[in-house]
Amino acid sequence: MKMIDKRMNVLAMAIIGLGATPALAQTSPVAETMDHAQHQSAPSPDAVKPKAARDAMPAMDSSGMDHGAMPGMKSEKPETAGEMPAMDHSEMSMQGGSAPPDARDPHAYSDGYTLESGPYALPGPRVLRLSDEHTFGGLLVDRLEQVHARDGDNATAYEIQGWYGRDYNRLVVKAEGDVSQGKLQEARTELLWGHAIATFWDTQLGMRYDSGVSPDRGWLAFGVQGLAPYWFEVDAAAYVGDKGRTAFRLGAEYELLLTQKLVLQPRLEINAYGKSDEALGIGSGLSDGVAGLRLRYEFTRQFAPYVGVERAGKFGKTADLARAAGEKTDETRWVAGVRFWF
Amino acid sequence: MKPYSSLYLPVPDLPRRRFVQGLVAGGVLLGLSSVVKPGWASGTEAVNRGAPVLSGTEFDLVIAESPVNFTGKPRMATTVNGSIPAPTLRWREGDTVTIRVTNRLREDTSIHWHGIILPFQMDGVPGISFKGIAPGETFTYRFKIEQSGTYWYHSHSGMQEQTGMYGAIVIEPAAGEPNRADREHVIQLSDWTDEDPMRVFAKLKMQGDYYNYNQPTAADFFRDVSRDGLKAAIDKRRMWNEMRMSPTDLADLSAATLTYLMNGTTPAGNWTGLFRPGERVRLRFINGAANTFYDVRIPGLKLTVVQADGQNVEPVTVDEFRFGPGETYDVMVQPKDEAYTVFAQTMDRTGFARGTLAVRTGIEATVPEVDPADWLTMADMMGAMGGMGGMAGMDHGSSGDLNGMAGMSGMNHGGMAMDHSKHAMPPGMAMDGKLARPSTQARHAKTEYGPSTDMRVDMGRTNLDDPGIGLRNNGRRVLTLSDLRTVDGPLDPRGPEREVELHLTGNMERYTWSLDGLEFGRSTPVHFRYGERLRVILHNDTMMTHPMHLHGMWSELEQDGGGFQARRHTIPVQPAQRISFLVTADALGRWAWHCHLMLHMDAGMFREVVVA
Repeated sequence: MKMIDKRMNVLAMAIIGLGATPALAQTSPVAETMDHAQHQSAPSPDAVKPKAARDAMPAMDSSGMDHGAMPGMKSEKPETAGEMPAMDHSEMSMQGGSAPPDARDPHAYSDGYTLESGPYALPGPRVLRLSDEHTFGGLLVDRLEQVHARDGDNATAYEIQGWYGRDYNRLVVKAEGDVSQGKLQEARTELLWGHAIATFWDTQLGMRYDSGVSPDRGWLAFGVQGLAPYWFEVDAAAYVGDKGRTAFRLGAEYELLLTQKLVLQPRLEINAYGKSDEALGIGSGLSDGVAGLRLRYEFTRQFAPYVGVERAGKFGKTADLARAAGEKTDETRWVAGVRFWF
Repeated sequence: MKPYSSLYLPVPDLPRRRFVQGLVAGGVLLGLSSVVKPGWASGTEAVNRGAPVLSGTEFDLVIAESPVNFTGKPRMATTVNGSIPAPTLRWREGDTVTIRVTNRLREDTSIHWHGIILPFQMDGVPGISFKGIAPGETFTYRFKIEQSGTYWYHSHSGMQEQTGMYGAIVIEPAAGEPNRADREHVIQLSDWTDEDPMRVFAKLKMQGDYYNYNQPTAADFFRDVSRDGLKAAIDKRRMWNEMRMSPTDLADLSAATLTYLMNGTTPAGNWTGLFRPGERVRLRFINGAANTFYDVRIPGLKLTVVQADGQNVEPVTVDEFRFGPGETYDVMVQPKDEAYTVFAQTMDRTGFARGTLAVRTGIEATVPEVDPADWLTMADMMGAMGGMGGMAGMDHGSSGDLNGMAGMSGMNHGGMAMDHSKHAMPPGMAMDGKLARPSTQARHAKTEYGPSTDMRVDMGRTNLDDPGIGLRNNGRRVLTLSDLRTVDGPLDPRGPEREVELHLTGNMERYTWSLDGLEFGRSTPVHFRYGERLRVILHNDTMMTHPMHLHGMWSELEQDGGGFQARRHTIPVQPAQRISFLVTADALGRWAWHCHLMLHMDAGMFREVVVA
């Protein structure tokens, strides 16, 4: 169910989501916060999906990357809360939220008996274990593609996410990178503990390791991943490295079903850094972003080739560094690849 | 309607329904070449009469793997005495039956006697009533039959029910049969997947809508815009999009993986039951599917429902009934023509099971087209509040427009919505005694506010007269729960001493299913005090219908607002519905209580009940 809808400020949402990350223990779920963010934007019926994805770009600039640094982000929240009284949508109480103090105790009917103890319990360890106590796993190769830039630069890019575990706690592996001229140019690999905190949202805590032709960098990762209202798949994380480095990354995807099998997927990714890292050509602030559009055909749910186009750009001090090095600051790329999972 | 031929089936809207077509094409090739030896194959007459019949008081059942082929792909099934369905067991009320079940599988097995009142050690749920039947072992079930009617039995181990372990039980009443029939047929519906059911489950964990090929598309949106205007088209989608819920989430599995069977026979195989014109024929319908709700009708015949879940009801004549996994309905028909199609379309409208009632073999009647799939309505999402919202929304769109706003929540069941406003009153209003009427105020568990739950309904629909999504105002008289009246009233005249409220919960995006937001592994048992009469309220905080099956004791369904309605062993609870039933806790032991959609059960929509 991925449908045409109103315009939204993806970045604002994600930043708010991220703002909630440090306060994992709080009962108010991120999803709820995000719902509110969603409702701030006025409905704009003419905003068709691809456009929405592109429109999000200017919005990012205006948000400014002060928010990229984690301590500053909480300032967004009171503002968001301020919007709440205006909303009387009954569905707001139907999802998320925190339990009222008088909420029913689900164990009250047990009178102290458990699955293993009490009258008529079978002797020995419990043998009836349903799938909620089994582990599952999956590996999604979201992008495995050939990238052709206008100037003839070709590369192979990949983006993979794997998981193993149970419903609410799992090991998550993310890997993204590109290979050209037979060499790994740039790679980001993350190993995370994914923990469900709200209906549609998981927190992800762990490590990130960047490698490639530039010096390697290691980070601690604090992220959220999930599904925002209107079916936006959001993956946002803040990173803390050594020497006081901080980074922020946001990815957002949307799946517009043209038919049951033909899917148009706008995709957006931006990166920002707390301080410059000239060895990597990174300037502080908003550094780079990619907005893409991919059209895939799902031969099966698990196998879908696609073609697409994306626009990549460098911004601010990062763009200055690129210009100083005689590199381009933006480019348009054509992509063709396959999405599959198992 | 076009005439049916074995090689060409009228399929509406081909691009969207190619799974039906594929299914039938496969069935045509191989529907009759099932390697499992159907019961009828031993007879001289080349007609499919369903499962073999065993009767008496001593039975030997052997569980083993058997090769089958329903779709063109050879697969292994789990079978009882080598047949699908398993042999029909005919018992007599008052007899004590002995059933020796031998396991020739490489894994544990079990048999649960669905709806039969018996000692808990005989109930056949591994880990609760006994330890299961290990490979090579024979377990002897022995219990006295204290009831009569149509029931069934199935494995309660792993996914064996999905892979073929289900059969009918017919119990002859000791006091004579009040529903006289000249002839009877058991019609057991089921579903089959060529995939490993655990793999199906794992795929849903990756993508909850994996098998849903009826999702709203951009094309649908533009069609709505041109017909109803931009605002109506956006309004129609607004709440679904905000809540990240799908209006077409009618079934987790569809014809994309399932083949729908009637007495173990594909639609193309066309199970046929014989009759002589003018006879009174009793049809014992059993839904033995793992995951499929069926909407059953026989075009050209009125169905007089005389029994539900094995319990005689005051006869009610309808055109159609819906039933979910676990439920049974006995209907009387009086066919006069040569042939009638027994048509059982699935609730999600991606396919159907089909057979024929005919005066001789080899003839068939027109097979109807599958109805279009409706979107779920606001009432399905929000309960009584959604119904009222629907009333307010009636100025949108035009009447009869099933996909417009009016169709969504106004015209389609405006009448229903009015019922709600009458019944969904705050607790305490018009109460004679404290527990005279079931409470109407939702009391959500504190564990329903986390990741296991994707919605909560504050005002459940309490009316029982809604046939459900896809059957509302379809021009046919459709059975609803409010039509059922068990003839001899409640088993226990006492009123309830207390109320137990359980919420049906889940998260379609994560594909988790639970009660009160807690899957089985995180749950504690529900304690019924021995001898008490209590009220159970099931409050559905999901957008799916869940057939809730309590083992060991009858669920005596209450009318909307209180009062005895019908005695059931499996009660379908519709989206955003709040129903209540009374139980007499007279069966000591531990019992299973779960949603009978197999994947929901296995996901953890399951509780243990302790009667002590």
